[in-house]
Amino acid sequence: MSGKSLFEKVWDDHVVVPETADTPAIFYIDLHIIHEVTTPQAFNMLRETGMPVRRTDLVLATMDHSTPTVPIENLEESLDAVSDPEPAAQIRAMVKNCADFGIELHGFGSGHRGIVHVIGPEIGATQPGKTIVCGDSHSSTHGAFGAMGFGIGATMVGHVLATQCLLIRKPKSMAVNITGKLQPGVGAKDVILALIGKIGVDGGTGHVIEYRGDTVSAMNMEERMTICNMTIEAGARAGMIAPDQTTIDYLRGREKVPKGADWDAAVERWLALASDPDATFDIEVDLDVSELEPQVTYGTNPAMVVPISKPVPNPGSNLSHKKSIEYMRVEADRPMLGTKVDVVFVGSCTNSRMTDLRNVAKILDGRKVADTVRMLIVPGSESVKKEAESEGLDKIFVAAGAEWREAGCSMCLGMNSDKLGKGQLCVSTSNRNFEGRQGPGGRTVLASPETAAASAVAGVIADPRDVI
Amino acid sequence: MEKITQLTSKTIVLAIDDVDTDQIVPARFLTTTEREGIGVSLFADWRFDKDGNEIADFPLNSPDAQGRQILVAGRNFGCGSSREHAPWALHDFGIRAVISSEIADIFRNNSLNNGLIPVVVDAATHRWLLDNPGAEVTVDVENCTITLPTGQTVSFPIEPFARHCIIEGIDQMGFLLQNLDNIKAFENSRAWNPSLNI
Ligand code: SF4
Repeated sequence: MSGKSLFEKVWDDHVVVPETADTPAIFYIDLHIIHEVTTPQAFNMLRETGMPVRRTDLVLATMDHSTPTVPIENLEESLDAVSDPEPAAQIRAMVKNCADFGIELHGFGSGHRGIVHVIGPEIGATQPGKTIVCGDSHSSTHGAFGAMGFGIGATMVGHVLATQCLLIRKPKSMAVNITGKLQPGVGAKDVILALIGKIGVDGGTGHVIEYRGDTVSAMNMEERMTICNMTIEAGARAGMIAPDQTTIDYLRGREKVPKGADWDAAVERWLALASDPDATFDIEVDLDVSELEPQVTYGTNPAMVVPISKPVPNPGSNLSHKKSIEYMRVEADRPMLGTKVDVVFVGSCTNSRMTDLRNVAKILDGRKVADTVRMLIVPGSESVKKEAESEGLDKIFVAAGAEWREAGCSMCLGMNSDKLGKGQLCVSTSNRNFEGRQGPGGRTVLASPETAAASAVAGVIADPRDVI
Repeated sequence: MEKITQLTSKTIVLAIDDVDTDQIVPARFLTTTEREGIGVSLFADWRFDKDGNEIADFPLNSPDAQGRQILVAGRNFGCGSSREHAPWALHDFGIRAVISSEIADIFRNNSLNNGLIPVVVDAATHRWLLDNPGAEVTVDVENCTITLPTGQTVSFPIEPFARHCIIEGIDQMGFLLQNLDNIKAFENSRAWNPSLNI
């Protein structure tokens, strides 16, 4: 019998009742992260059936999607002034639901509010070997720690609130081996975009991916999160990376990690999670990144991506492709380099952590954002904001002419006040370039923080390797 | 959930690959705290122009399409976010089955939880359905087959427990609740505690 993979170890450790031909496995969830968008209907269901939340101590609650990114001093007094009525009602419902069901809310002013996938790791709630779900598809982010994180819909949010379990069948497994040393100015975002370009937006459907190889081992935790975050854009259930010394060093001393002897026991357990040398996978994919260029998307899904200096592929007779390029108003057979930019957005659960902000600051320091460009820089959490300000990054951003905002999902998706106007082209560090994702009629070009910063300065899509 | 054992309807064809959940329900409609009445936001940016008028050549707007229960879509339907608003909106519009050659994982689970049947068929059947909009198709959930007007019957995979729930019109919560003793026993047997309050 072959050894077990990281994913199989975590899976086996959470099976309450094994699957049969007739029924899926009853699968235990260690951490349930909730936010205002995908929970109101689940809480309504609990109220209607009179059920309590079974394990309030395994729920981490915050608000991120519909929250404004301008300062909120006092929720009751200022929300109406800065938000549309429906998002405001959703934020209020979240406050009430958490109070009614006894869940601690990391709300405005708590010091820990932020994007669900940013705060879990930063308070140390995200740990190796845990199963982590959220009514949000980018829950795959938590896999960077060797946890199994995946997105669920509102009905399943209700299942977890009421029983701490889900009914699911075991997914298949895929290994992605990433090797080679990255060139300066090329980073984790470029790697994951290139991978999605290679395997497609449905390349991972039905699978849990394990990212391995020397490129991954050399990455810090924030870069690993960028990789795992976009796993869902390849259609995979989850993306995982084996815990190693980098993981342990990141977690040590964080608020929610075990202490004393429990910490030592946890570290031993975590390091044993790595795939056994003889573990097998249903599919293996290799990616050599030593020659990789910065990547930019040209179409309306994340697999429609090209190296920055290479021409946009000709759609030929592919109608979906053609429609996409027409929507984006880009020309086939020409590179994206030099395309005029209206807005630059640095933020989202993909790229709103300290590593990202420092990389942006390096490029903006002593430079100016082009007059024709609006640049928004939005930290992933209140703590990221504080840390960035303690390093003086905010001053660099503001001096360059960028807007420095409060934490939230912001312009990653058009459900708060930060939206693209019709036809505007945005170089964005977020994860989805779907039609209208950042506002109706908006055109999104996904790129790394470095490419975003270089483009903000140039006013057109620019290669960060020229300015670092 | 309503019981569905079988349904027969003409199809609506949306021949676009990789239709994502941001198209099915754009983000600005996710601010609702309810699940009823969300059908108006279905494909909002493809169905309506900026003044709110219907765009005539969008397949769901065709007068023939009204009342039809089966949507045939391009490959990899429902990719993107976990918003359950997507199947809610399709259901609210009247759709009870989506047929494609590939359906994204989270969307498929969300559909099964809401009486919307995800039907994945082979490439040739998919091609035929895309090429023949308005064909009358029977989706048989009990036997896991679809029948085309040509008489051809094609089987499709469906998770057996989800199928049982759809046929009986029950949700999966009941089964989980029956297992609370097993869940407690599991919690007590664990070597480590995932609690945030430790
Ligand atoms: S930042 Fe974007 S992708 Fe991430 S959780 Fe928020 S809306 Fe979703």
